Amino acid sequence: MIRGAVFVVTLAVLPLLGLPHWVLNMLVFVLMFAALASAWNLVGGLTGYPSLGHAAFFGIGAYAFALLLHRQTEITDGWQPFAWLPAIGVGTALIGVPIAAIAMRTRADVFAIVTITLLFVVQTLAFNLHGLTGGAQGLSFPVAPFPADTFERPFYYVLLGLLVLAMLLTFGTLRSKVGLALATVRGDEDKARGLGIPVGGAKVLAFAVSVGLTAMVGAVWAYYQVGIIYPQFAVDPLVTIAMVLMVFLGGRGTLWGPVLGAFVLETGQQYLAYELGASQFYLIAYAMIFLLIMLFLPRGVLPSLAGRLR
Amino acid sequence: MLLRIERVVAGYGAGDVLRGIDLDVAEGGVTCLIGPNGAGKSTLLRTVSGLLRPSRGRVLFRGEDLGRRGPRERLLLGIVHVPQERSLFPAMTVRDNLLMGGYLLRDQRLLRERIDRAVAAFPICARRAGAHAGSLSGGEQKQVELARTLLLDPALVLLDEPSIGLDPRSRRQVFESVRQLAGAGRTILLVEQNARSGLAAADTGAVLDGGVVRLVAPAARLLDDPEVARLYLGAGPAEHKAERSRDE
Repeated sequence: MIRGAVFVVTLAVLPLLGLPHWVLNMLVFVLMFAALASAWNLVGGLTGYPSLGHAAFFGIGAYAFALLLHRQTEITDGWQPFAWLPAIGVGTALIGVPIAAIAMRTRADVFAIVTITLLFVVQTLAFNLHGLTGGAQGLSFPVAPFPADTFERPFYYVLLGLLVLAMLLTFGTLRSKVGLALATVRGDEDKARGLGIPVGGAKVLAFAVSVGLTAMVGAVWAYYQVGIIYPQFAVDPLVTIAMVLMVFLGGRGTLWGPVLGAFVLETGQQYLAYELGASQFYLIAYAMIFLLIMLFLPRGVLPSLAGRLR
Repeated sequence: MLLRIERVVAGYGAGDVLRGIDLDVAEGGVTCLIGPNGAGKSTLLRTVSGLLRPSRGRVLFRGEDLGRRGPRERLLLGIVHVPQERSLFPAMTVRDNLLMGGYLLRDQRLLRERIDRAVAAFPICARRAGAHAGSLSGGEQKQVELARTLLLDPALVLLDEPSIGLDPRSRRQVFESVRQLAGAGRTILLVEQNARSGLAAADTGAVLDGGVVRLVAPAARLLDDPEVARLYLGAGPAEHKAERSRDE
């Protein structure tokens, strides 16, 4: 608890230290991916179901937010649109319930294929439902009216709030009966069923909460995109890959693993993007990191370190 | 009668494994099911615990037709199934594995009481509480599995080959634990490939062959029956004595 409080207070103070815009911009994305990775961890880490479709829910959140603002000519109070986040989160979680109830009848690699198919279905819809999403031309909405010299701050703090929420949910789950049920799902679902553990309900709940959080982060990302979102970025498979990779790097099923993974990988990615221009060469670095993790730290950094310290 | 199985037909896919099973299990004591591989012993346990639905026939528990009741409801009625394969979660601690046995209990005080009772009956659960279940020996894991069954205070325990893959000493401990469970007033329906050891721990024996019950008799009588020995027990009484002395 003390570690968590120190972490949050440190992050809360950072924007007040007069850091340059590029650093704050980078931190916004670090927090965004830390929240996304923590959300993915609720499903991929705690239940062991490797969802590759989370970017679809990120996109649903982004488009839901953009559509809510699309008809407005201007925003008078920049904080007011953040009030939509809980509704977007709950709405997407409810969409996630029937999807999980069907998709989670499959397991392991089949589940991964089902969820990545969902991602491409949502991406195709985003490209082709011109009346709703604007298609490839993008969907526009008014720009957030925050002062230019502190523009990043509101997004930074809202994303910090979402990260804290995701971590609190993980913390609570790990110490609850639901957490034990999810651990048995990860261990062996059939054995768990034999003990009367309601595995179906537990994993659907985890999926719904996870995609709800993901959608809220997607909504904040959309708002940060100064007035327009495009389908190739709103429903981007690379977002899913980043979430998965961050959790695998830090440690699946742990509280701090996804956060560590996000801080390492997102700062690394931003640095590589800065060094290598707007190219996607950083993906090669991603692939190398993934291979190294699988080879040398298959359980992730934190569980491996904990194992060695024991 | 605690359990009555009436003309049950069940199987996997198109093939029936159980072809009209009739069996009565009285309250208290150990009933051991013996028979060759493929006779339907494990399938019968799965049918009683609700993991497999019969296509015909009825399973009655305390006179009530279990019909469409699922495994969860049958657990709440007091029917606990310990499957043949290791059923602990190897990455979880012994303590958490034990807790999972009481997942359906809402009353925390009752859960704690039951845990204390299970730990008293199976001290391994206290000694290795913080260890990962996967690090325990096969015999120790089986002890924890048996302790876990106590958390729902079951009336009927379905034990599928509890001694499989264990060394002689662990096997003896397991059969002692089975007697201990029966001594505490629980009814045990035991499936055991090592038929002699199973019958030695049982009060009643039932011979399954070809998906039907061929014979039900006191376990001691089955052990002494030369025809049963020749067909189902593998070795003659003299060889059995030699095997037992090796175990001891």
